[in-house]
Amino acid sequence: MANLISFTDKGLFCEAGNFYIDPWQPVERALITHAHSDHAKPGNQFYLCHKYSKPILQLRLGNNNYQTVEWGESIFMNSVKISFHPAGHIIGSSQIRLEYKDEVWVVSGDYKREDDGISGKFETIRCHTFITESTFGLPIYKWKPQQEIYDDIINWINTNKENGKASVLIAYSLGKAQRVLQALKETTQTIFAHGAIYNLQQTLINAGWDLNPVVRITPETPKELLKETVVIAPPGAEGTSWMKKFYPYSIGVCSGWMQVRGNARRRNVGAGFALSDHADWNSLLTTVKDTGAEKVFVTHGFQEAFSRYLNEKNIAIAAEVKTQFGDEDEETNSPLEIKMKNRKMYE
Amino acid sequence: MNENIDIGNTTWETSGLQMFAELVTELSSSTKTNDKLQSLVDYFATAPDADKVWVIAIFSGRRPRRAVNSRLMREWCLEIIDIPDWLFGECYSTVGDFSETLALLLSDVEIVKHQNENLGFYLEKLIHIEKENESIKKKFIVESWQQMNSKEKFVFNKLITGSFRIGVSQKTIVNALAKVLDISPSAIAHKISGNWDPVTTSFNELLGESASITDFSKPYPFYLAYAIDDSVETLGETNLWQAEWKWDGIRGQMIKRNNELFVWSRGEELMTEKFPEYFILKDLLPDGIVLDGEIIPAVDGKPLPFAVLQTRIGRKNISKKQLLEAPISFFVYDLLEYNYEDWREKPLSERRKKLEEIILPIHNKAIQLSPIIDFNSWDDLAALRKKSREKNSEGIMLKRKDSVYKVGRKRGDWWKWKIDPLTIDCVMVYAQKGSGRRSNLYTDYTFAVKDGDDLITFTKAYSGLTDKEFAQIDYFVKRNSLEKFGPVRTVKPELVFEIAFEGIAASKRHKSGVALRFPRMSRWRKDKTVGDINTLDDLKEMLKMYGK
Repeated sequence: MANLISFTDKGLFCEAGNFYIDPWQPVERALITHAHSDHAKPGNQFYLCHKYSKPILQLRLGNNNYQTVEWGESIFMNSVKISFHPAGHIIGSSQIRLEYKDEVWVVSGDYKREDDGISGKFETIRCHTFITESTFGLPIYKWKPQQEIYDDIINWINTNKENGKASVLIAYSLGKAQRVLQALKETTQTIFAHGAIYNLQQTLINAGWDLNPVVRITPETPKELLKETVVIAPPGAEGTSWMKKFYPYSIGVCSGWMQVRGNARRRNVGAGFALSDHADWNSLLTTVKDTGAEKVFVTHGFQEAFSRYLNEKNIAIAAEVKTQFGDEDEETNSPLEIKMKNRKMYE
Repeated sequence: MNENIDIGNTTWETSGLQMFAELVTELSSSTKTNDKLQSLVDYFATAPDADKVWVIAIFSGRRPRRAVNSRLMREWCLEIIDIPDWLFGECYSTVGDFSETLALLLSDVEIVKHQNENLGFYLEKLIHIEKENESIKKKFIVESWQQMNSKEKFVFNKLITGSFRIGVSQKTIVNALAKVLDISPSAIAHKISGNWDPVTTSFNELLGESASITDFSKPYPFYLAYAIDDSVETLGETNLWQAEWKWDGIRGQMIKRNNELFVWSRGEELMTEKFPEYFILKDLLPDGIVLDGEIIPAVDGKPLPFAVLQTRIGRKNISKKQLLEAPISFFVYDLLEYNYEDWREKPLSERRKKLEEIILPIHNKAIQLSPIIDFNSWDDLAALRKKSREKNSEGIMLKRKDSVYKVGRKRGDWWKWKIDPLTIDCVMVYAQKGSGRRSNLYTDYTFAVKDGDDLITFTKAYSGLTDKEFAQIDYFVKRNSLEKFGPVRTVKPELVFEIAFEGIAASKRHKSGVALRFPRMSRWRKDKTVGDINTLDDLKEMLKMYGK
């Protein structure tokens, strides 16, 4: 029997159902795991996504032919049964389950297992074949519990205040920024944000999310108001003249890449918080094992190492797959690259 | 940030090792020298005395001999977390730092019992187990890992394996101590130099009032020059300046005190035993003297290329053949102490006059005066500078005749005026991930020139580009790699670079037959294609011209 999903130039293709999942070239029918730009591209004639993804897609891709589903709801395309399940990566992020002639495949998209309170609690789906990301697929990536990292961030902010400095937290506008704001929910102070983050936050609040509002920083925002405050900014803003207003300040970067000292040092930042929206090594392994999949395709990240490990340890028959995911994802590149790209996006 | 670990109902006090781990974390995350200085000041004001001595020792190149090799540490780590060796290799090439790789891999190893020991405890223990068998070493290392948090594991591994590259110069350490103890930085620099052992030296002995009387080997801090950035004309009248050749050897200090001879390198390594040629000078030099000069191989008064000196560095036993082919001389250019008296505050002209009086009558090939270059105008000197390579010199040193001998790198009175480097255009063929702040980025490259229709590799280079350029090349490498050999990727030969280097020598170890000195990427030649690069014949031509 042919594979339910094949890996084509345009992306992950399901021939039986005649649709693509997260295609990187325009197609007729696209199923979207989540709204990050490397997974949700413009130009498709039809989009199927989780209902929480829709407002973000509208903000980023404009008005298109969107159809939404709830988690666990089944719909059919040709005779392929499709359902979306929480992936825990960002708001609306979903794994996509396909069932056809007793064969079950699951596409993970990007995922994390720790419940961040806004992205939905990751659900393990039993399947025959599992297509998993591997952004942090090396055993050097083992995350601390998020509460410990949140405490670190809050302590850092307090130390900055004592030293008369503002705290500039660098976080990607979609996903990480909402999570960092979640971490600061208990603190009562006003939180300021870059326009890109403000826009997203407003979109989500308008869509009915109970999130901390942030104050947008505009050219008119007086410098005095920003003294010793907390500012959330996307990576593109780091090192630009936009930051001058907050001086004196300290920069803290929230990214899984901060796990390795060199990445923080390269960017000359005061603090790195290894807070990631991706599964770490142990989570990837647990997930692969729990799905019970016999076959595993490993995409974007350390696919070679992770698939080799799965094979050698007889956890599954694994193969690495080249995709274009991660090329523009917030976390799959080395930080320097992202910085350059996002600068273009935001300036 | 809270490093206190709760075990049962007991909260442990901060231990010496924890304080040191925090210091290292602060130093490596702060980007300003002033912040680093403040971290060090805070540390020296609060840490246990014995640990302070160790920190000074570590940051001034006096770490203990290595007790455990990396192969064993790697094996033990694999055993604990049960991963295959190749996966360790993948992790290492991504992290770019061995100690950190270990600490990250071991990060979820349960802390059995958090130990509350000082830095000195671990270092002395490491010295103690150096000669012990493998199982004793293993027991200590593995148990230590089980008693430490991640930051502590990291610094502990660093203590065993190598240097702390966290951007702290010895100068910063000296300034921090000066601030804490309220003594002048030059006095501190002198006190912490020389031959002392952190195991037997107390903080008070090292830095107290009476310190430094008895250590006859103690060198002075070196005075270093900056490269001249303006044209030499801006230096004014030529007769105010003394010009010398700049030698490509090891900067050294030769000391004779108490009828003993000591030779120090600028890296503050005691090198007396490495150069038996110098032994005779113990009888020929007057007592109570300190000389500044260059350790360099020379035949008939002419220096040999640095590659020749390299055959002598790091060797314990020196063969007759080496003594014959690469005899080491000391090209002396300054006098720092005479008759047990510190001469550094006297003007250069006076020091030079006395130096000549002492050295000229000696007539031994183990020591010679580094000559003063005669010149009447800056144009004159510029013309002479062009001939530096013929003399195996790197260019010219300019020193004000009335200059005193300062401490460290200072602007104004001394300048180096180096020759322009040699350059060659070539193509990148292999790339490897860098380390430290370049971890997980492809920044270490191997380059090739044309050899007929083939490409032949001839050098590696890591530096010279901006972060932005490195990021662009990293992007290219990740999308244009052809094969992977361990951490090395072969890359489509497309990116052309101009490599600058200071010298070229014949080498049997390299396929191309040449070895370059100080190669670095001087320009990314986006205007050139692989068709435009230089050839192996061009390299051989350079070898013929400059290789002797």
